[in-house]
Amino acid sequence: MSAAHWRKAMNSGAGRQAWPESAQEGAPTVDRRPDGGDSQDGKRVGAGAARQRHWLNWIVAHVKPRHLLILIALAVFPSVATPFITFQIAAQSLILGTIALSLTFLGGYGGMVSLAQMTVAGIAGYTIAILGVNGTPEISVDWPWWAIVPIALLLAVLSSALVGWLSVRTEGIYTIMITLAIGVAFYYLALQNYSVFNGFQGLQKIQPPPLFGVQWRDPVPFYFLALFWALACYFFIKYLLRSPFGIALQGIRDNPRRMNSLGFAVTAHRVAAYAVAGLIAGIGGILMVWYNGLITPGSVGTSWLINILVIAVLGGMRHPVGPFLGALVFVLLQTFAIDLIDRERFNLVIGVVFLAIVLFSPDGLLGLWARLRAHFPAADARPVSSTARRSSRH
Amino acid sequence: MNHWRRSNWRTWVWSLVIGVPIAAFAVWAIGDNSRLFFLTLLNSLTLASLYFIVAAGFTLVFGLMRNVNLAHGSLYLLGGYLGYFVAEATGSWLLSLAAGFLGAALVGLLLQVVILRRMQGEELRQTMVTIGLSIVIADLLLWTFTGEVHQMEAPAWLQGPIRGLPVIKAYSAYRLSLLAFGIVIGVALWLFLNRTRVGMMIRAGVDDRGMLAASGVNVNLVFAITFAIGAGLAGFGGVIGAVELSMVPGEDTRLLLASLIVVIVGGMGSVVGAALGAVILGLAETYGLAYAPTYSVVFTFVILVLVLAFRPRGILGRAA
Repeated sequence: MSAAHWRKAMNSGAGRQAWPESAQEGAPTVDRRPDGGDSQDGKRVGAGAARQRHWLNWIVAHVKPRHLLILIALAVFPSVATPFITFQIAAQSLILGTIALSLTFLGGYGGMVSLAQMTVAGIAGYTIAILGVNGTPEISVDWPWWAIVPIALLLAVLSSALVGWLSVRTEGIYTIMITLAIGVAFYYLALQNYSVFNGFQGLQKIQPPPLFGVQWRDPVPFYFLALFWALACYFFIKYLLRSPFGIALQGIRDNPRRMNSLGFAVTAHRVAAYAVAGLIAGIGGILMVWYNGLITPGSVGTSWLINILVIAVLGGMRHPVGPFLGALVFVLLQTFAIDLIDRERFNLVIGVVFLAIVLFSPDGLLGLWARLRAHFPAADARPVSSTARRSSRH
Repeated sequence: MNHWRRSNWRTWVWSLVIGVPIAAFAVWAIGDNSRLFFLTLLNSLTLASLYFIVAAGFTLVFGLMRNVNLAHGSLYLLGGYLGYFVAEATGSWLLSLAAGFLGAALVGLLLQVVILRRMQGEELRQTMVTIGLSIVIADLLLWTFTGEVHQMEAPAWLQGPIRGLPVIKAYSAYRLSLLAFGIVIGVALWLFLNRTRVGMMIRAGVDDRGMLAASGVNVNLVFAITFAIGAGLAGFGGVIGAVELSMVPGEDTRLLLASLIVVIVGGMGSVVGAALGAVILGLAETYGLAYAPTYSVVFTFVILVLVLAFRPRGILGRAA
């Protein structure tokens, strides 16, 4: 739900009545209520058959032809594309998109721009590398995958919650500085420590587990692995944003003081949001270490901390699809910068693109798209003015 | 009265909790190897004075404009390179100091007038713009000056060690001069902020921007001056650091991190806080490197965490 809607709903003093209605107005960030905005009805329906009908209704109401088209396109994509494109571009975009999704959730819906999301992903990645099998026998612990994956995710969630606990005690602009400081501190720790992190060289030869007899590092299986988790995270975030927790989080983003006086525990919601973001980033981090087959301090260095922000801002922080879009553009630029300009000058290209987006379209590519649609209203009848208003915040 | 007594009591407890282990370490270290201890002490104070010079500009800009200038590290590196090439061309170290200061100040001024002024009040967007600029500037510097290490030479009158010192016997004259630079700049900054009209305006702006504008002061001009001075200090630090730390791509991030930690620990917007933070960071980093090389970063991090946990606005920070 857009900030403007929230403000309006809360100022009217009748937030409870106002919000399903404003959702109906068609703010594209939030899906409509399952059955015509009447949530009371949904609760009363308890019998199995009725729930079945309810579920089908939901599908009919939500799944539009374009969603099916995108799903089919994603599924048949690897059989059309070359292995290089499937692995290097599609899978990498999905992984980076997943990590950036955690930042979009925090920044776009929680109002907390954290630069430490890559650090959290790196902590999960390093856990997989150290506790699993890697190329440095003195360091690898050689535990099986079903043990290390939950541990890695748990560590990611805990470290993200710790980062959150440290940074939410301060406000707004301080968050970005503190998370950057924490991220860079972890980078230097990984760089200087040889007994656990193996210093500058990092850890090599990390393989995804050979489950079901599939070679998961082959382009097509890996693509589907990344696709599955990216979609899972995407729908999880979409679900969470409509849940009471997500709605409260967006309320806190817009006016923490008011939410506090309404009886919401502001700090607890924020730290919980960090924990959720840690889970998403952790999943991305595990996939990333399997994708690269190695992890080095460079993969959690400052440039990558900032790249995740670049990806999230590039795509736009007003919808969970933004980071995936941003990641695709980022990876395409990274791969084909060599054709545009010298390969060494990739940072210049991405820096200029990022600057242009921040200066001229603060809502990223999604904001650009919304503005285009506003210019040609015939293409789509839905009003987009609400999203344009929201864009002024960033 | 009662409140005062309680806070006094708390200060005592904290001084004991922090002071006793440090004192114990100092006694042990002096007994173990007094030369190493005092050498490390001097090293950390000289490093702290470099950190102070760079972070003072950062904290000044932040305090007045609520603008986190993440391109501060890039300005540091830019100043260093400018100073290097001026020194190559003219052979004068003092001239290269001036060039580093003025060059970075000019870039900072342009940054403020051309870009940041257009989005006043949008803190997050300003921060993102400075992130974008730091990426672009870092890559332009890498393009122009390549990735190789540039090392500046100290001026002839500061080369070589000073001999005949007690306990540590000899110490680099240049490094010792860093300490003098830090003190001189600190005093100059204090005089500027407390004894001049512009300094008064800056202090007033830190406290209440709206009121300053309402009393007829050209706030934009004050902002531009502050930004130029802040950026200039980064460039100045760049030239000084170019002798001691050498210039390579990546130094910009290091100094940016140092500035961030210094102002987070010391309290944002406070020059005295920057000095305090710089000394704490300098001590933690250098002693960490000397006595526990693998974990030196951890000390810095622990200090950061402790300060944030107990004083979220920094040791000398005030509520915004």
